[in-house]
Amino acid sequence: MAIANIQVCETPLVLYTLRRADDALILGHRLSEWCGHAPMLEEDMALSNIALDLIGQARELYTYAAKAEGRDNDEDKLAYLRDVRQYRNLLLVEQPNGDFAQTMVRQFFYSAFADLYWRAMMSSPDTTLAAIAAKSEKESAYHLRHASEWIIRLGDGTDESRARAQGAIDHLWAFTGEMFAVDDGERALIHAGIAIDPGTLRGRWLTTLSGVVSEATLHLPQNDWMQQGGRAGRHSEHLGHLLSELQSMQRTFPGQTW
Amino acid sequence: MVTVLEHDSELRQRAWDAAASVVDPEIPVLTIADLGVLRDVTLDGDHVEVAITPTYSGCPAMNMIALEIEVALERAGFHRPKIRTVLSPAWTTDWMSEEGRRKLAAYGIAPPQASHSRRALFGEQAVACPQCGSDKTELLSEFGSTSCKALWRCKSCREPFDYFKCH
Repeated sequence: MAIANIQVCETPLVLYTLRRADDALILGHRLSEWCGHAPMLEEDMALSNIALDLIGQARELYTYAAKAEGRDNDEDKLAYLRDVRQYRNLLLVEQPNGDFAQTMVRQFFYSAFADLYWRAMMSSPDTTLAAIAAKSEKESAYHLRHASEWIIRLGDGTDESRARAQGAIDHLWAFTGEMFAVDDGERALIHAGIAIDPGTLRGRWLTTLSGVVSEATLHLPQNDWMQQGGRAGRHSEHLGHLLSELQSMQRTFPGQTW
Repeated sequence: MVTVLEHDSELRQRAWDAAASVVDPEIPVLTIADLGVLRDVTLDGDHVEVAITPTYSGCPAMNMIALEIEVALERAGFHRPKIRTVLSPAWTTDWMSEEGRRKLAAYGIAPPQASHSRRALFGEQAVACPQCGSDKTELLSEFGSTSCKALWRCKSCREPFDYFKCH
């Protein structure tokens, strides 16, 4: 039996919060797919831990989005009962795990951004967002350090690992521009001082990337053409498949609880 | 039973003591008061509300802690206690009590250090071995058996140990 999708009243604040929540949930879910499959035990635990951090961040953000919306939605409904076009995450985070290098490069691009983004958001006058930012910033710093060490290990490793790491960088690069883009609703929040302008972080993000990538004997692509759409609900074909797994229990047994 | 003879402050203290007796299910030597998770206990008549602050975003112990606070308060005679989650200000390991740090070390987990050491991207940090006290230790993995711990090894006594990450 199918269950209807919920409707969400997307005010600028609700939409803003949902976008960050969706980033964290989808990336957390992707990492959880590694559980039991990582190349070694420590890495299995690391990826599962990072997944847990991200899903925890998503829960706080969804709860806040539901509160800001002020209807009868909650964190579970927002995660389990929206269809693919209602999801607002970055295209980057929904990209498949691929090989280990692709997973690490995706994590590296995202964590380098999240670390800067949440640190800047700690001074938001919105106390809930600032509190979520304070926690996420510390966790992102760990995630970034972990991913950076792997980029160096893979890039400055064997010919095979180096080729795979460079291939992943080249493949995922076009999905990074979306992190720094804003639309009108978000611009209003930025002008009101609630959110920060992610565009102002791109220079520092590139500095972080360049340092690690050059130590890894890799290079960043010169191509600046960027793919966008996730923030507006236009996704790659991968997200629908991911959601069909993530949502299967609630779709099969509507309202089921533990 | 709660009697009318007790003053509010005594009642509140009893409620606080009951809530403060709850331990972290994953590190049972630490109470939620040691951790700094227990923020406030308020009374309205004989109705109790407990404010707690979550630790790591992904810590699955928080749900269990909330449930155990309810059980502890019911046992102490407070009916239908309310648990309120407070996000702001965000929890930090700086809130862990000195007593908590001593208990952690005695349990074999190196207590968290000052939070500035986390910032360096590849920063060296010196964590003393909780078994032999040596500072000749090395990081094995940033991520350990729970979200709050990293895995280290002592190069002097060769024992692996957990380090409670600063947050």
